[in-house]
Amino acid sequence: MNFEHVAGKDKGKISLFALSTCIWCKKTRELLSSMGVAFDYIYVDLLKGEERAEAVAAVKKYNPSLSFPTLVIGEKSIVGLKEKEIKEALG
Amino acid sequence: MAEDFIEPASEEVDRLFSRLDKDAKQGGYNLNPDADFVRGLVKGLLINERRYGYRACPCRLASGVKAEDLDLICPCDYRDADMTEFGACYCALYVSKAVMKGDQELSSIPERRLPPEERERLRQKQNASAEVLGADIAEVAFKLSLPVWRCTVCGYLCAREGPPEVCPICKVGKERFERFI
Repeated sequence: MNFEHVAGKDKGKISLFALSTCIWCKKTRELLSSMGVAFDYIYVDLLKGEERAEAVAAVKKYNPSLSFPTLVIGEKSIVGLKEKEIKEALG
Repeated sequence: MAEDFIEPASEEVDRLFSRLDKDAKQGGYNLNPDADFVRGLVKGLLINERRYGYRACPCRLASGVKAEDLDLICPCDYRDADMTEFGACYCALYVSKAVMKGDQELSSIPERRLPPEERERLRQKQNASAEVLGADIAEVAFKLSLPVWRCTVCGYLCAREGPPEVCPICKVGKERFERFI
């Protein structure tokens, strides 16, 4: 999967599965950026064919509802823009 | 990750914004009072219309097959239930009066739409029971002069030969109606 990388403080592996049209996903991205942590993000709605299937399978592993944003921090996942939870997880 | 269509211009976003606002007020609904937030969602709706041919919810992953996505075409089938429980629909384009007045704060809303596999199971179950249901409906309908159609988005009911082209309350198309009685 071709994630876009955002540089910042290393807090371990952080992956954001998002949709390019979703405002909550945008706000989650902005929150991570404002916290200055390094993370990777991918817009699943812009993927096609096998690449999309691969990303969908990855999201489902953490979040069977296949909803967005799905943020994966290490092995823990946070579904939706949950500012408090995200800040706690990335202390 | 480029797409083969032209991004919606701000005039087009404004036009749809004011139409949705007018339709919402007319049907007793409210758009989110945060205009920039709404503009972002409206742009998403226009992008999805170009991409898929229908205005799928900007905060959900559409399949690209309209028949599978009828429930998430905006306004979605889950809007009213989410507004009652959480004060807003899933993407927060529509909000309740309490949120509108600032009496209730918006928070992250869980996805009410079933996961893909469960949705498929439900669809099969519905198909299997459709015949039985059809017979039940026929028995009641026999006593009625006309069948009754229900809008799956807002619950509007009408008695006529077929569903209306457009729901007079929430403006969705006739494909969102189901036979109720």
